[in-house]
Amino acid sequence: MAEHDITTSPDAAGAATPDNPRKRRTPVLGFRATMRWLWGQLTSMRTALVLLFLLAAAAIPGSLIPQTASGAVKVSDFAKAHPTLDRIYRPLGLYHVYTSTVFSAIYLLLFISLIGCIIPRITAHIRALRRQPPRTPARLDRLPEHGEALVVADQGEREEVTARARAWLRSRHYRTALDPDGSVRAERGLYRETGNLVFHVFLVVVLIAIGWNTLWGYKGSAVVVEGQGFSNNITQFDDFHAGALVDTDSLTPFSLVLKKFTVKFETGPVQRGAAREFSADVTVTRDGSASEHNLQVNHPLSLGTTKVHLLGHGYAPVVKVTDGNGRVAFQGPVAFVPQDGNFSSTGVIKVPDARPDRLAFQGFFLPTTQIGATGPVSVFPDAYNPQLFLNAWYGKPIAETGTPQNLYVLDTTGLTQVSEKGQKVSFALKPGQGYKLPGGQGSIEFTGYQRWTKIQVSHSPGLPLLFGSILIAVAGLCVSLFTRPRRMWLRITTAAGPGGGQRDDAIRVQVGGLDRADARAGLDEDVADLLAAACGQLPRNSGHDDEDGAPGLAGGDTVTGFTGEEDS
Amino acid sequence: MTLASLSALGIVTAAVVFILAFLAHVAEWAALRGVDDGASVGTVPAQAVLVGAARVGAGSAGQEPADGGPEVSRDAGDVAVTRAETWGRMGLNLTVIGAICQLVGVVCRGLAAHRAPWGNMYEFVTTALLFVVIAYLVLMTRQNVRWLGIGVTALMAIGDGLAATVLYVGIAPLVPALHSVWFVVHIVAACLAAAALNVGAIASILFLVKSRAEHRAERTGTPIRGFLARVPDCRSIDNLAYRAHAFGFPIWTFTIAAGSIWAEYAWGRFWGWDPKETWSLVTWVIYAGYLHARATAGWRGTRAAIVAIIGIAAFWFNFVGVNLFISGLHSYAGI
Ligand code: HEM
Repeated sequence: MAEHDITTSPDAAGAATPDNPRKRRTPVLGFRATMRWLWGQLTSMRTALVLLFLLAAAAIPGSLIPQTASGAVKVSDFAKAHPTLDRIYRPLGLYHVYTSTVFSAIYLLLFISLIGCIIPRITAHIRALRRQPPRTPARLDRLPEHGEALVVADQGEREEVTARARAWLRSRHYRTALDPDGSVRAERGLYRETGNLVFHVFLVVVLIAIGWNTLWGYKGSAVVVEGQGFSNNITQFDDFHAGALVDTDSLTPFSLVLKKFTVKFETGPVQRGAAREFSADVTVTRDGSASEHNLQVNHPLSLGTTKVHLLGHGYAPVVKVTDGNGRVAFQGPVAFVPQDGNFSSTGVIKVPDARPDRLAFQGFFLPTTQIGATGPVSVFPDAYNPQLFLNAWYGKPIAETGTPQNLYVLDTTGLTQVSEKGQKVSFALKPGQGYKLPGGQGSIEFTGYQRWTKIQVSHSPGLPLLFGSILIAVAGLCVSLFTRPRRMWLRITTAAGPGGGQRDDAIRVQVGGLDRADARAGLDEDVADLLAAACGQLPRNSGHDDEDGAPGLAGGDTVTGFTGEEDS
Repeated sequence: MTLASLSALGIVTAAVVFILAFLAHVAEWAALRGVDDGASVGTVPAQAVLVGAARVGAGSAGQEPADGGPEVSRDAGDVAVTRAETWGRMGLNLTVIGAICQLVGVVCRGLAAHRAPWGNMYEFVTTALLFVVIAYLVLMTRQNVRWLGIGVTALMAIGDGLAATVLYVGIAPLVPALHSVWFVVHIVAACLAAAALNVGAIASILFLVKSRAEHRAERTGTPIRGFLARVPDCRSIDNLAYRAHAFGFPIWTFTIAAGSIWAEYAWGRFWGWDPKETWSLVTWVIYAGYLHARATAGWRGTRAAIVAIIGIAAFWFNFVGVNLFISGLHSYAGI
């Protein structure tokens, strides 16, 4: 493929005249000429190369520095741990590399360059597909591979030689044509360029599909405790991201109830504690009809282009809180957040309705508790010895403000920690155990635990187009990389006689071949085979020779000389 | 003996056999040190000499004597060539044995685990290496590429050595995130691409070495000596490197696509700029750069070969470095 290295446009050349050398050194380009020059530069292969490397380089920092998009917590942890680096990274935008201006600029420029590069190639290629194979070069013996033979035959045999050559070429999937000078020209492997263009065009489609997905897609997650439900409404999500063009008031309507969540962990010696199975039985209600589904990792629930994934799970201790007035102020499961692989989980139980004082509890839940040297730890992710460790807070009741509160964090303003004899109380509970707060402030009972799952609802309208176009692109790529473009020519001339004259009884057959791009080996064999086939010899190991051999040409003995590499 | 211990034994044995094969190839190079290939340099393609020598076997009768060379040194050269030939064949035979051990190791691992043996890094590395050595041996049946042997056996020895010592984990079932057909497709494709791209990289390294030697020979007028004289000319090496990359690149593209389909099933997003995903893309872009470089004047040859080497470095960093040094969704239990 030709390069698009435009160094100076015609206008620019005009500005620099030979009798004005100074002007030539600093050519003054008009606006249009400048733009054309820039466009030529942008769409050149070199620029594509540089932009590709820039893209690769620009993607690397994001893999080494925590990114806000994939984990805001990691970013704040990192900032706390490395304040100096944070001072450098933050202003440079290194916490959101993939949405940064620089990164976007690189890939947008790359794709503009790509479009600018493929459009002229497409038109040129369509023309090439319609055109006949290229004309026969004047001197076939200058080609990288060539050969010739002297055939004893009268001049009338020329046409038969030509016909045999074309038959052989066609059987090898060459397009052939007769040159005005009577020589045969042939070409194959034009589909290399077709495949290449398909690949590049569908790269653009991939980008479009991603853009579509970003603008019209949404994604949110919610924690659902066993026995509870979720309905696809923006108010029910714990976190939610939507593309700019999503109407968040009309999300795909459905609701589900988590009936049962099963989880199994490895109990054997290898990888003890690793997850082995997650399975959630849910009832989904959609358009008024309910159906049962089983959700697993890798087996999401599919509702058209909306999908429900199982992302995570954890424990929700079930507690019953009685307030100072002796009334049950809260009863039910409270989701705790797992902190490590053995599901040590932290959480907060808020009881704003308790009277006379509102109450709150803060602490951790361990599914398989063991008292280690540094205190209680969980030693296995499944619940073999669950315990709840809490401390307690009380304070004046406050009015509901309506501002959303973080469920997992206790805001202690206006609260006092419960203490006894100057000692802050903290207590451990096993299922079925309770604890009475000192001073008659109430009591809490740990009745058991339930599991919760984190589900993700995502709507990705661009996915079918995305994966479809990747598939087509890969197919085009294979066609392009595995096609060997090759050109062959055959010319018949009158054989030279001994005295410099011409021989009437023999003709000279010349064959030349040229590989375009990185063809594989075998050009020399093709040249030899074509020559043999044209001369009526059976080509090596093939039965393509459908002619029954013109008289005087069949048989090797009539071919008087093969002069393979007759470089002069 | 259980299947599991047979598998572990297979890999350890393979590591040892590949070290021996590597040493045999080193001896092959060393035996040819300073041996002038005489007339064969430049006029006869070196590959033809190799093939010829291989047919002749131990005897040197079929070896065309170099014209005009002093009798004595020619004889010494013949002896060296014969010795190198013996070492080279030994290296190749050991490689075949190593490949069989590797195959036993990988297959028994799968049988013992009752699943495809692609659940952790130990298993990926051993499978990918199996593909590398198979790719090399298959190529060997088509054309004489024994000159790749030293690179391939070095890679196999180091890879298996690391696998058996650093990466080894016992057999265990898969974590639920890996229960997916797309995961299997993804891993098979990754191992295939790894094999092709590694062979391509070894060829690219040899290309650089050979092209330096060719340039020096041209500058000083002295012929290339030793093993390098028997390595095919730059153009053929470059061609092989290109073909390996051209085979590997679409598979690598497909690997990433299959991975993102799997990610969509497992995590509900097809792309999340996880370090593993990022580095796969970086690697892919570098190889796209390689293919472009080959089509750009001034970038063909040496520069393209350097890009290919950067590409394999990124590939290995993704394979090893990202798993070990950066944490992300792809860090599996037990490495
Ligand atoms: C998104 C960025 C791009 C990627 C990932 C990409 C990828 C590739 C790949 C993998 C190939 C080799 C496969 C084949 O020969 O069919 C290729 C070839 C080619 N690309 Fe691109 N490309 C990109 C952008 C561009 C741009 C901007 C241009 C125009 C300047 C361009 C022009 C070409 C040409 C001319 C070839 C043919 C090379 C040959 O003859 O082998 N590409 N590209």
